Amino acid sequence: MIFQVIWFILWGVLWAVFFMLDGFDFGAGMLHGFIAKNEAEKRTVLNIIGPVWNGNEVWLITAGGATFAAFPTTYALMFSYLYTALLLLLFSLILRGVAIEFRGKAEGAGWRKGWDVAFFLGSFLPALLLGVAFGNIFAGLPMDAEGYHGSLLTLLNPYGLLTGILFVLLFLVHGALWVALKGTGDLEMRAGKAANGIWYILLPVAAVFLVYTAFATKLYANYMKAPALLALPAIAVFSLLAVKFLSFKGAYLKAFFASCATIVMVTFTGVAGLYPNLIPSNISPAHSLTIFNSSSSVYTLRIMTAVAVVFVPIVILYQIWVYRVFRHKEAAGKETY
Amino acid sequence: MDAVALSRLQFAVTSMFHFIFVPLTLGLSIMVAWMESRHLRTGDVLYLRMAKFWGKLFLINFALGIVTGITMEFQFGMNWAEYSKYVGDVFGAPLAIEATVAFFLESTFIGLWVFGWEKVSPKVHALSIWLVAIATNLSALWILLANGWMQHPVGYVLRNNRAEMVDFTAVLTNPYGWLKFLHTTLSGYVVAAFFVMGISAWHLLRKSRTGFFKRSFRMAAWFGLASSLLLFIVGDFHAAEVAKTQPAKFAAMESVWQTEKGAPYNLVVIPDVAKERNAVKALRVPGMLSFLAYHDPDATIKGLTEFPKDLRPPVLATFLSFRAMIILGLFFIVLSFAAVIISKKDRLEASPRFLKLMLFALPLPYIAGQLGWVVAEVGRQPWIVYDVLKTSDAVSRTVSPMQVWVSLIGFTLIYGLLAVVDIYLLAKTARKGPEPELSVVGAVQTGQEV
Repeated sequence: MIFQVIWFILWGVLWAVFFMLDGFDFGAGMLHGFIAKNEAEKRTVLNIIGPVWNGNEVWLITAGGATFAAFPTTYALMFSYLYTALLLLLFSLILRGVAIEFRGKAEGAGWRKGWDVAFFLGSFLPALLLGVAFGNIFAGLPMDAEGYHGSLLTLLNPYGLLTGILFVLLFLVHGALWVALKGTGDLEMRAGKAANGIWYILLPVAAVFLVYTAFATKLYANYMKAPALLALPAIAVFSLLAVKFLSFKGAYLKAFFASCATIVMVTFTGVAGLYPNLIPSNISPAHSLTIFNSSSSVYTLRIMTAVAVVFVPIVILYQIWVYRVFRHKEAAGKETY
Repeated sequence: MDAVALSRLQFAVTSMFHFIFVPLTLGLSIMVAWMESRHLRTGDVLYLRMAKFWGKLFLINFALGIVTGITMEFQFGMNWAEYSKYVGDVFGAPLAIEATVAFFLESTFIGLWVFGWEKVSPKVHALSIWLVAIATNLSALWILLANGWMQHPVGYVLRNNRAEMVDFTAVLTNPYGWLKFLHTTLSGYVVAAFFVMGISAWHLLRKSRTGFFKRSFRMAAWFGLASSLLLFIVGDFHAAEVAKTQPAKFAAMESVWQTEKGAPYNLVVIPDVAKERNAVKALRVPGMLSFLAYHDPDATIKGLTEFPKDLRPPVLATFLSFRAMIILGLFFIVLSFAAVIISKKDRLEASPRFLKLMLFALPLPYIAGQLGWVVAEVGRQPWIVYDVLKTSDAVSRTVSPMQVWVSLIGFTLIYGLLAVVDIYLLAKTARKGPEPELSVVGAVQTGQEV
């Protein structure tokens, strides 16, 4: 019992940290073509995420791996039911990785332009797709004893799309703040402006999301049972307001941390509402995938817990250290990427 | 084609493509780390330039290894849901541990290495590439322990309609997995050695930057000789482990049809699968096969006819791949031995024919590695987990052949495009050669004259 709950919490944490970290890479990738006006600035944006994006993406791999090891049935059904959506996610992640690494390795305007488009798509599509996927997980999938009764189009329902847009906007603000924090001169100014501007779209979308969630999902049922959980969405809303307050003042580091808190708390809000489901069924509640009916054996969960307790803190420590090494603003236009 | 055949084809395409990049990463990371350490110790800037040049090629290759690796993790769930459900309790653990213990380390410190030349001390910088090299090889260990479990499942019981882990230590110490790990990583070192020798040979043939490339060549020659020798020894133990644990695969590898005590080794064999016999057998070494398999010339080798037809792997593909791999493996020892001698005598520039040979030998270790995987995976059929789960029962039930067609075509197109771009970039970078001495950053930090 207790191990399933531990892994449910860890599962939520892995996703939250992934969104918090790779979220700004996605945001920077989406904004790249709009806030960087010349080749030097474009390189700067790439160099700003360059040292860390690889390590950030591994949180996704680990979230996937943890799902496999701790909840194999959920992993198997989720990945096969959402086959085409995940295929698109894979293709866009491949595109992004290759774009970042290859863009600077040859000359020519056409070469660079091509990779710029790939970088945009490879950042925008994962943000959107992950949002759509999580919106549908929150709302539940049409599954019963016979399996899954949906397709890619089923996922593109209004609530799924709304969540997708929410993710895109969250990451846009997040990425803009990161570029403002790390960039200098005009780039910093434009990124700051972008963060402030996009926030005005994010706020109403987030408000609609919170209200629509009451109708489209059963997430709030847990909040009725345990009102203390309401602290999670409350912190999310408070941090979202703080983002604007701080970035308006130009305090980009604090604004960025507020944005981190927003993303983490939005994720937790959804995950806490799901409990004990990992993927609810919206046609036959008995066929929901829960942390109890889809988990690994207690033996496996115990071993994985030991591994996580030892190694996840080590990972966090050396990642923080690397972030500290690169804590300074990025000098403009260097040729590393 | 049905969903099983299509999913198998897709897994073959994506894993073989992934494995174009992995072996070079395994070996070249160690060589680059070694070069950087040599620079630290000797202060010789040539080593630093070597680390930078080969490091650039390493990075181009590394990028594709990473992105194609994500596909592998996703596919177990996407295409092989029944497999994931049935064995996830055991198989998921090493994959998750790989991400936590190795992949994080590798991906975090590669960023530090690429961007940290002026941010951290030369020692910490060298440490970061060593951590990348260790993490890459550690990553291979966990993946191959997972694969080793599919080959020779241990430490589990069948209950609750699935395989459940009961002995993690057994999974961790599975000899099959460890032999596979040693065999695979060593083969990666051979790939890297021949990669460096091949590109160096190209430059030496053109008499460009001879000092730089002679030293690179010599380092790779030693690395190649040590690895190819060890590879062959480990390979022998690995084959013996196969004989013990997967007799049907071993019989197919050697095309042995009838059970035989004191089985001979025939240097020339042409299998006739339809008639369940070998059409040609020649140049026999008595008792040799029994000796190779069990280190006892009188041991009994089980023939393919002992196994029901539906439990035999495809013989021809397994047999031919295995033979070709062995021949290539021997060839690598001979070539790297010659490479050591010739470079030691400083006769490289005077041996253009040998240099040409080394240039054309560059792709061969890649091919040998792919053949090895054909033996391992085709030879395991019809099982996905040996003696536990059939491949035909492992595929996702809700995924239609149409969906797999779409993804298979998508992967083929995208990967094809990536291959073209990657080869273009590697060739361009390799041809351009190292940066001129004056632009080498970092030399200043160690106080060396440039």
